Amino acid sequence: MTDAALTSSSPAAVGEEIRALQSRIQQMQATKLDTRSVRTHPALEGLLPGGSLRSGAAYSVERSTALVMALMAGPSADGVWCGVVGMPDFGVEAASRFGIDLERLALVPHPGEEWLTATAALADVVGVVVTRLPGRVPDAAVARLQARIRQREAVLIVLGDWPQSEATLRIIESSWSGIGRGHGHLTGRQAMVSVTARAGSGRPRRARLWLPDGEELFRPVLGQVGRATAPVPASAPVAPTPVETTEFDGEGGPRVRRLRESARDSVVSPVTPARMRGVAG
Amino acid sequence: MSSPAAAPMRTMVVWCPDWPVVATAGFEGVSAEESIAVIEKGLVLACSEAARADGVRRGLRLREAQARSPRLRAFAYDPVRVDRAFEPLITALEAMSPNVQIVRSGSCALRARGAARYYGGEHEAALAFLERFAELGVTDARVGVADGMFAAEQAVRLPGVDLIRIVPEGGSPQFLAGLPVQLLDEDELVTLLWRLGIRTLGDVARLPADDVRTRFGEAGARAHARASGTDGARVTPRIPPEVRESLNDFEPPLDRIDQVTFGVRAAAERFVDELAGARFVCTALRIELTSDRGERRERSWLHPRWFTAGDVVDRVRWQLQGGSTIESTLSAPISRVRIVAETIDHSTRHETGLWGSGSEERIHHGLSRVQSIVGHEGVLTASIGGGRSPRERQLLVPWGDRLEEKGGARSGGGARGGGAGDRARAGAGRVGRAGGGKIEAARTGSGKAAGEAGAKKGDEPAPWPGSIPPPLPTTVFERRQAVLVLAEGEHAVAITERGMLSAAPAFFSSDAAGRQLRALEAWAGPWPVYERWWDAAARRRFDRFQVVDADGVAWLLALENGSWWAEARYD
Repeated sequence: MTDAALTSSSPAAVGEEIRALQSRIQQMQATKLDTRSVRTHPALEGLLPGGSLRSGAAYSVERSTALVMALMAGPSADGVWCGVVGMPDFGVEAASRFGIDLERLALVPHPGEEWLTATAALADVVGVVVTRLPGRVPDAAVARLQARIRQREAVLIVLGDWPQSEATLRIIESSWSGIGRGHGHLTGRQAMVSVTARAGSGRPRRARLWLPDGEELFRPVLGQVGRATAPVPASAPVAPTPVETTEFDGEGGPRVRRLRESARDSVVSPVTPARMRGVAG
Repeated sequence: MSSPAAAPMRTMVVWCPDWPVVATAGFEGVSAEESIAVIEKGLVLACSEAARADGVRRGLRLREAQARSPRLRAFAYDPVRVDRAFEPLITALEAMSPNVQIVRSGSCALRARGAARYYGGEHEAALAFLERFAELGVTDARVGVADGMFAAEQAVRLPGVDLIRIVPEGGSPQFLAGLPVQLLDEDELVTLLWRLGIRTLGDVARLPADDVRTRFGEAGARAHARASGTDGARVTPRIPPEVRESLNDFEPPLDRIDQVTFGVRAAAERFVDELAGARFVCTALRIELTSDRGERRERSWLHPRWFTAGDVVDRVRWQLQGGSTIESTLSAPISRVRIVAETIDHSTRHETGLWGSGSEERIHHGLSRVQSIVGHEGVLTASIGGGRSPRERQLLVPWGDRLEEKGGARSGGGARGGGAGDRARAGAGRVGRAGGGKIEAARTGSGKAAGEAGAKKGDEPAPWPGSIPPPLPTTVFERRQAVLVLAEGEHAVAITERGMLSAAPAFFSSDAAGRQLRALEAWAGPWPVYERWWDAAARRRFDRFQVVDADGVAWLLALENGSWWAEARYD
């Protein structure tokens, strides 16, 4: 099948395809011997180091629960159980809208003194453990939990700082649409998500994501390729006024919806329909 | 349990006529010969022969009955005592023949085949039973034998003086054909059939079965099967009571949780083993703890699968320790632990497959372990219910409990008053008072009472006009947080009489003291909320706002009585 594709395509397309295949091979092959990639939401694939979540690894997310849910959405849709420890304020309904299956979600809101034991016990059975550190945690405890996660091939997502995280995700800027000064209501948000991989793994990657959009979908903002080979300077044109965003919603919405299926490709490949008008661009 | 295709089983029904009257007369110390009526909810449930002679009938209003029989002595129906009085008779019957099913207090059914074989015939078996009953003081018991439970019951209840009535094998349809249609005991259907000119069970049986099903549905089909004597209802033997409970007395009483759990361990193992020996598993149990001072704490526990000995011990421990740790001492020493199986089921329905039941079982073990660390209410599963505020909509239920049981036990006790009242209005049309979501409610075993306001039935979620439109907040505060919103010039923002804002909000601080004051990017509101206006204690009046602060974080705020609260955050 691949042969046929190669012979029938133009050289440029072949090169493109080879690159795509290579990146997929990279995704499947772990950089370390004993890691396996976990299904990740397509919108985040281009951002995470290696292109996906890795089992046995920890990821830290700064402040944003929405990003945590975005990370959980992929594995949960794949039938993986998720456990949330020490987060009594976790918005369950929002999580379900993010695509997290509530049937396979266990919450331990108040582990109290037993945070480490409970988290470790949960890591034995669930595939994704989400937690927030209860104050200061000794390094030994961090190492123990990390070892347990690695051994059980679970994914640890920490809301807050985690010393051994594979990557740190944060929202560096977000703009809400639908709400004005005294009118409207929140309808969607575009967020610039920045991912810093473990030290020495290159520059941070950034992408502009709908988190979520007007239909409660979580996807990349089309027309803005997020692969941060050319990092967006901090002073990039940001923060469109809410009025502009609403306007975009009005005319770009249906087309965006039609192209949703190809959202996965549009993150990684630069081939984006030029006629798609970006918001902030 | 029964499939329509199953051939009717030869069934024997033993019936003590007017049992509620006989039993009530027994423990009230009156003679059953007098004119007696047992009253339930103002209506006559059962009456004695003398009362019947005066014209008293079942279903009459008490006053009417008294008018017909001035010498009538009326007693309130006490199901517990009536059942208890019946217990020795069942035990006696069980000693003579296995597989006894209690149809209701005063009537029980058993499979005729075994008894007939053992006593050398159905008549002989019936005689033996009646003799045994007479020894126990019940002289007017009757026995009916027929194919199928319905026919046997009709046989035994047929007026007349015969104590034993046997419908020959295969004769049930014929026997039933002459009986009036009212015996079907389905009021609505019977009225309709009567109006259609159908007077006897035989008339019903002559209708084509498919047509009856099409016209009257399942209930009609069932009635048709009964009337034609092909009713496949089988005798489902009751489970003898002694294996259902385990009693542990501690002398001297124990005052440490670990001692009590250790003391219970052996008994729990015996309890589970005995059930397993009878081929049962326990899926729900009740634990009663009696302390030295005579206080009794009881609570029911459910299990998603079935209880093993370790699970039983865990439940005892959780009930003892509440929120404290295992080393802590109890307020009063425990003198007795009683474990009662509330629901038991045939173990064959719970066998593990040859290859195990897969990952769910593993998950269950893992989560149970976490529960043993943080307590039963520590591990929750979530579902979405009804309500207007994000917190109300989250229904959190401890792992292993049923959702319906725990309407009032949602751990989200943060928002004062919860939303149970509202939910009841949309759901059952009842005003529930289960708000406040107290975990204690579950701990004391009153989960059921609170359950009525819990999860709604049906798949289609009810509309909640006035709820927050999507996107939904990702952080929903367990306890709403006091915040500060100020207008330009640091003036307070308030709601006027007409529901308008006194000034446009300009600054926001995520703490009430205003240390984190920053500018507001955008805001929307006020959206007035007036909840549970019918309930003076729980009514709330506040206004909701959505604001976006300078960091791009959006908040869901409430302004109530002049103070600002953050309900949720979109972060």
